[in-house]
Amino acid sequence: MFILAEMKNVTRITPELFNVNLNEAVAGELNKKLANKVVLNVGLCIALFDITSIKDSFIIPGDGASHTIVHFRYIVFRPFMEEILIGKIRSCSQEGVHVTLGFFDDILIPPSALQHPSKFNETEQAWVWEYDTGDGGKHDLFMDSGETIRFRVTGETFTETCPAGPSGIQESQEGIENKVPYSLTGSINEPGLGLLSWWDN
Amino acid sequence: MEIINSNAASLSNYEVFIHLQKIKESKKKQKGQLATITYETLRYLEETPSKSQTNTSITQCLKELQKFNLNKTEKLMLINSPPSTPLEIQLMIEESEERLTEEQVQEILSILNKHFPFLVPVKMENEENSE
Repeated sequence: MFILAEMKNVTRITPELFNVNLNEAVAGELNKKLANKVVLNVGLCIALFDITSIKDSFIIPGDGASHTIVHFRYIVFRPFMEEILIGKIRSCSQEGVHVTLGFFDDILIPPSALQHPSKFNETEQAWVWEYDTGDGGKHDLFMDSGETIRFRVTGETFTETCPAGPSGIQESQEGIENKVPYSLTGSINEPGLGLLSWWDN
Repeated sequence: MEIINSNAASLSNYEVFIHLQKIKESKKKQKGQLATITYETLRYLEETPSKSQTNTSITQCLKELQKFNLNKTEKLMLINSPPSTPLEIQLMIEESEERLTEEQVQEILSILNKHFPFLVPVKMENEENSE
């Protein structure tokens, strides 16, 4: 679920950081720039893993800061397709079951990927798996928020989110707010997937 | 910024856990987004078995799993969330019915259980096919 990404960056070190060790200053800047951010087609950046090389620093006329080319590796959250993950149910809605890992929230299990047959219970605001007991009866298995759930990652979507435009354009403003840079799609329609409590008898 | 290789290597949960713990314990006070994401990720990882894994237990376990001819991602999943039932193995290993015999599945489970004993004990023949 975690990978290493190799990246290169020209890091600007402002003069007030000239007293600290260059490596530490660069590491601090890289973490400030990337930690907890989604990089398009890479994933959610967690923390700097290591710096592989630092080139000579140079200065640019008119700027007191130093600029350094650094190659580094970053820990990135990006599960591979078909990976089995364990998370918690954040909420249920008509669109499906929303799952969170604590540090990553944008996981949706659409209704078509739930155990079959499942239906949405409006009063409880929860999805229910109508488990067929085999003797004609059925047993309702609720998917309440907060429950631990095991799911398979089946899809990922990266969306380019641009900085908000001029405030005059009302319509586009709304669109931007709803944009999620990185989201995952999951499925639980196989035996063994779903709430952990369903399977550990 | 330039991305040279967006997927240079896979990391196990254990490696990430150890690395984040080092960040958390370093003398320097972490601030901003880094503090948030390390805290949240650690909280998630603390609930996974990676908390009680060690370097040696993982390498030993992987050595013993070698003979089963599993691919890298399958082994990664077995290490990240060690299964305790044959049903879970079925989920993690593609076409496990054809590639592994029932004895081999039991053997994998006992290897995992030996190296990561903090897991729930292996339930014998308790597989339930709901279909």
